[in-house]
Amino acid sequence: MSNERHETPQEPEHYVNNDPFDPTSVERLTEEQERYFLASQWKIMWWKFRRHRLAKWSAVILILFYLCVPFAEVIAPYKPSQRQSNFLYAPPQAVHLFDGGKWVGPFVYGLKAQVDLAQMRWVYEVDKSEVQPLRFLCKGEPYDFWGFIPARFHLVCPAKDGTFFLVGTDRLGRDLFSGIIYGARLSLTIGIIGIIISMSLGILLGGLAGYFGGIIDSLIQRVIEIMRSLPELPLWMALSAALPVTWSPVWIYFGLTIILGLLDWPGLARAVRSKLLSLREEEYAQAAVMMGAKPRRIITKHLLPGFTSHLIASASLSIPSMILGETALSFLNLGLRRPAVSWGVLLNEAQNISVVTIYPWLMAPVIPIIIVVLAFNFLGDGLRDAADPYK
Amino acid sequence: MIKYLGLRFLGMIPTLLVISFLTFFIIELPEGDYISNQISMLKATGETASIAKLDFLRREFALDRPFLERYAIWVGLWPGPHGFDGLLQGNWGWSFEFDRPVEEVVGPTLLLTVLINTAAILFVYLVSFPIGIYSATRQYSWGDYGFTLLGYIGLATPNFLLGLVLMYVANVWFDLSIGGLMDPKYIGEPWSIDKALSVLAHMIVPTIVIGTAGTAAMIRRLRANLLDELHKQYVVTARAKGMRESALLVKYPLRMALNPFIADIGNLIPTLVSGSIIVSVVLNLPTVGPILLSALQSQDQFLSAFILLFVSILTLIGMLVSDVLLAFLDPRIRLGGRERK
Repeated sequence: MSNERHETPQEPEHYVNNDPFDPTSVERLTEEQERYFLASQWKIMWWKFRRHRLAKWSAVILILFYLCVPFAEVIAPYKPSQRQSNFLYAPPQAVHLFDGGKWVGPFVYGLKAQVDLAQMRWVYEVDKSEVQPLRFLCKGEPYDFWGFIPARFHLVCPAKDGTFFLVGTDRLGRDLFSGIIYGARLSLTIGIIGIIISMSLGILLGGLAGYFGGIIDSLIQRVIEIMRSLPELPLWMALSAALPVTWSPVWIYFGLTIILGLLDWPGLARAVRSKLLSLREEEYAQAAVMMGAKPRRIITKHLLPGFTSHLIASASLSIPSMILGETALSFLNLGLRRPAVSWGVLLNEAQNISVVTIYPWLMAPVIPIIIVVLAFNFLGDGLRDAADPYK
Repeated sequence: MIKYLGLRFLGMIPTLLVISFLTFFIIELPEGDYISNQISMLKATGETASIAKLDFLRREFALDRPFLERYAIWVGLWPGPHGFDGLLQGNWGWSFEFDRPVEEVVGPTLLLTVLINTAAILFVYLVSFPIGIYSATRQYSWGDYGFTLLGYIGLATPNFLLGLVLMYVANVWFDLSIGGLMDPKYIGEPWSIDKALSVLAHMIVPTIVIGTAGTAAMIRRLRANLLDELHKQYVVTARAKGMRESALLVKYPLRMALNPFIADIGNLIPTLVSGSIIVSVVLNLPTVGPILLSALQSQDQFLSAFILLFVSILTLIGMLVSDVLLAFLDPRIRLGGRERK
C-alpha cells in the first residue's frame, strides 16, 4: 500500500484486497456472545429460566411429586384402601432417631389403642418401651405394580408386626400417608390431561378466530365472553353431577378431566387469538401468504412456533386451577369416589368440623395441594419470563 | 352516556338467553328426571299405587315433552300445561325434593348470597388497594416481599380448605363456633342488637375466606400496573417540577392504574361466586350453595337450574356494574364507540 503523495495529482490507485474477508475481524465477539447468538430459541429460554431460582426449585419439587405417579406402590408403605381395624383414627407417628439418648436409627414408638367410652373416641398412647425400627428397601405388603406385576418391594416398611403411620389413619384405619402418595396419581395427572384437552380446544378455536377473523372471530369471541362470565365451580358441580353413578372410577376420572378441560379453554383461546392476530401481520407470515402457502401450513409452520413458549407458560399457570377443581368436586362428593383415591377424596373425610377438631391430621392432604399449586405458580411465572427470550 | 348504558343493557339480553339455555341443557344432561327416577324406584319396590299420581305430576310439569319445548316452557316463551307460566312470568318452578315452590326454598337465601358476595368484593378492594399501592411505591422492601409471599399463599390455598383451617383454629384456640350464620343460641330468637352483632361476626370469616384469593390476585395486578406507570416520563416530569410525591401519585399514575383494576371485576366476580358456593357448604352458611349441592345430588332439576341461572345472572350484573363504573371513570370508554364510527 502506498501512502506517499506524488507531486502531480493523479487518480488514486483503486485498491482491492484479494484476501477473503472475515467479518468477525471488524467486530470480535467474545465467546459468551458467540454462544448466545448461535443458540437456538429454546436454548436461550432454558438459560433464562435457569436464572429464575424460585422457578427452578419449583420444577425440582414438582418432578419429585410426579415421581409418585409411576412409583406410588413402591413409595407408599401400605395400600390406600387397606384397613387396619386395630388402628382407627390413629395419630401420626413421629420418626425418632435416639431412644433414651442411644442411637437407634429411624424408628417409631408403638401405639396402644384404648377406647374412651366417656367421649366415644379412640385414644392412643405412645408406648415408649416398644421401639419399632423402620426398614428401608425392604419386602413388605404385597401389591400389584401398575396393577399387574406382583411385587413386595417398598422404599420403607414398618417393623415386623409394627406400624408406620407417618400422618395417621382415618376412620377405617387406612394409612393417610399411603393415601396421599396414591392420591397424587389421580390428583396430579388430572391437571395434565385436563390441560391437554383445554389446550387443544384453545388452540383450535383461538386459532380459527385469530387467523380467519370476520364472522368466525366474532362468534368465537362471544362464546368466550359468555363462558368467562360464568362462575366455574357451580358449572363443574352441575356437569359432574350429570356423570352417571353407574360409571366405574376410571370413567368418572376421564369424565372429570373432560369437564375440567371443557370449561377452561376460553382463557387459552383468547391468548392464542391475540397472539395470532399480531403475528399474522409480521412480514414473514405475509411473505408465506404471498407465496401461496395453505392456511394450515402457515398456522402450524410459521405462526405456532412463535408462541408455543407463551402457550406452555400459560398452561402451567392454569394446571393448578384444575387440580383445585378436582379437589373441590371430590371434597363435595361430586367427583371421584372410593375406591379411587385422590387428594380431594381424602379430604372428604375432613368435611365435618367436629371430626377435624378431634383428629386434625385428617387435613394433611392440604399440605401437598398447597405445595403443588404454589410450585406450579412459581414455575409458570418463571416460564412466562423466559418465554420471551429476546426481550 | 345514556346511550352507552342502553346499548350495554340490550347486549345482555342475548347473553342471558344463551346462558339460560346452557344452564337448562346442563341440568337436563343426566338421564331421566326427578319424577321418573321416583317411578322407577317405586316400580323396583313393587309399589304401583302412587305411580299414577307421579305420572300425572310429570304431565303437570311438562316433563314428558321434548327438550326444546321444556326449555321454552321453563323460560315462559311457550305455553305449558297452564299457559305461559315460566321464569318470564315470575314462576321460578317447583322443587320436588322440598315439595314447595323454588321461590320459597331459595327465597330466604338469595339476599344473603348477594350480601356475602358484595361484602367479599368490598373486602377485596379495600384490602388490595392500599397494599397494592404500598407494594408498588416501596418495591423490593420487606413489606413488599411479605405481602407478595402472603399473596402467593392466598392464591395457592383453595378457599374451602382455608375455611376448614380457620374454623379449626377458631374452634381450638379461641373456642368460637364460626360455622353457620349466627351463634346457635340466637336461632329462633327475635332480632336484637346482640343477634345482629353475632350475624356480623359470623360474616367476617366467610368474607375473608372467599375474598383471599381474589385479594391476592388484585394486589399483584395493581402492583404491576402501578409499577408500569411509575416509570413513565410524565411522572419524572412532574417530579422534576417539584410536585409533592403523594399528590403526584394520586393525581396521575394511580388514576391510570385504577382502570384495569376496576375492569378486573369481570374476572373477579365469577371466582368469588364460585368460592362463595363451596365456602358456604363448608361453613354451613344459608346461601344458595348448600341448596345447589343437595339439589344437584337429588336431581331436583328446576331448583338447581334456577340457582345456576341466579349465580350466572349475579356475575353478569356484577360485570355490568364494573362497566358502568369504568364508563364513569374513563371518558375514553364512554366516547370510544363514537370515535370509531
